[in-house]
Amino acid sequence: MKAKQNPISRIGHGVIDGIWRLGVGTRFLMQVLWRSGLSWRRFQLIVREIYASGVLSLIIIVVSGLFVGMVLGLQGYQTLQTYGTEQSLGVLVALSLVRELGPVVAALLFASRAGSAITAEVGLMKTTEQLKAMEMMAVDPIARIIAPRFWGGVISMPLLAAIFSIVGVFGGYLIGVVLIGVDEGAFWSQMQAAVDVREDILNGVIKSVVFGFAITTIALFEGFDALPTAEGISRATTRTVVTSSLAILALDFVLTAFMFKGV
Amino acid sequence: MKPLMPRFFAVSSDNLIEIRDVSFAYGSRAILKGINLNAPRGKVIAIMGGSGSGKTTLLRLIGGQLRPTHGEVSMDGQIIHQLGNDELYKIRRKMGMLFQFGALFTDMSVFDNVAFQMREHTDLSEEMIRDLVLMKLHAVGLRGAHDLMPHELSGGMARRVALARAVALDPQLIMYDEPFTGLDPISLGVIGNLIRRMTDALGLTSIVVTHDVHESLKIVDYVYFISNGVVEAEGTPDEIRASTLPFVHQFIHAEEDGPVPFHYPAPDYASDLGLVGVPAK
Repeated sequence: MKAKQNPISRIGHGVIDGIWRLGVGTRFLMQVLWRSGLSWRRFQLIVREIYASGVLSLIIIVVSGLFVGMVLGLQGYQTLQTYGTEQSLGVLVALSLVRELGPVVAALLFASRAGSAITAEVGLMKTTEQLKAMEMMAVDPIARIIAPRFWGGVISMPLLAAIFSIVGVFGGYLIGVVLIGVDEGAFWSQMQAAVDVREDILNGVIKSVVFGFAITTIALFEGFDALPTAEGISRATTRTVVTSSLAILALDFVLTAFMFKGV
Repeated sequence: MKPLMPRFFAVSSDNLIEIRDVSFAYGSRAILKGINLNAPRGKVIAIMGGSGSGKTTLLRLIGGQLRPTHGEVSMDGQIIHQLGNDELYKIRRKMGMLFQFGALFTDMSVFDNVAFQMREHTDLSEEMIRDLVLMKLHAVGLRGAHDLMPHELSGGMARRVALARAVALDPQLIMYDEPFTGLDPISLGVIGNLIRRMTDALGLTSIVVTHDVHESLKIVDYVYFISNGVVEAEGTPDEIRASTLPFVHQFIHAEEDGPVPFHYPAPDYASDLGLVGVPAK
């Protein structure tokens, strides 16, 4: 007890605890990957989870995408107009979304909408002994409960990021072309010419897949590892959102550094 | 004052579950200290004891969710903690377990809960599964509730559904973890009778972990009392009722004080209140 009150010891404990959790979490991810066979053989299990984390997140993704795109349209027009290059509004909106905002903002929204739901659901299943009951029925909860949710999340995330970007571009179009009156032909043709499939779109997709892995792993691990009490689940849910958000931003920096170093 | 002898070993040599000298500790905290216990085929046995006496731990040892620190638990001659993962899962298919509050899968309907194991472990057609599920639900009187979701059920109904789910694949053994907790008197009687009827009709072996003395003594064949990690007493319900052992007597008659004290260990009351040396008026 005394050791924990000493600030230096507390830092030490915190670091050791953090590294220990990282190790346990990684082992958990390996177990999930190893026991994913059942999910792929019975694909409807994954489809159900795509519905739960993907389809049910659509509204928040579409609405946010639209607003982010509209804001980009307004802000971008303001800046470009200063230099007389408002024709390039389409390029600005599309590149911002496809490279950065699409994957990152969609992932942040996905972590708060679907990640927290996954943690709470798995945590409650643990609290109400459903996972133990399943084990006693000779059904592996990691294969039956965790793996389908993992793959459901990993598949949903890039699709949601793509939808976010598409709706965002449409939002930029609404503001830039329909409302402000930027030339429609220039808006689309410059976008088409400037956005590269490999450099921009593929890299964005890779980012969103990596974010999908990170968010679902964190959400499932926190739920599976939650203390089986009301307070335990509330802490686990909070940790999911906080850790996922930080992981998304950190990973985004690392990935961007790798991808766009020569550009 | 003659203690009840462990003569149940001699009554039947055909035990489905045999627990031999099992000890178990969570870290340095010893929970079980050398337990011997048998569950003969076709019988209902009760494991009784106060809260925290290690009853549920014993069930988890039988289910292979925990490993004993000493001794062995065997089912059908197979020693549970020596089995590999695949064999353990195979032997668990011969076990059913009713959890304290049912532990129904909350994202599935009553029907899907009962059908769960059939879909996971067999290749039966959906038509066949439907018939089987309705039969199991009929046996617990809830055929009409098959479309309901778990949150629409009362506590007693949830436990009956869990019972139907536990017998879904006709196991040889069913373990009940506190099946009577939090039930009204009617549901209590219903669950008690169902445990007895299911055991007799399906030729099962049942192990009921409980502290509900009166309901369980009505339905079980043999009782083990566990206290402080050892089997304190055992016998048929009649022998238990007639027992003069202080612990059993206190438990059966729900007496406040006895071998299990009412007061948690504490310093002397008067000195704790600072009254030592104060002259009584």
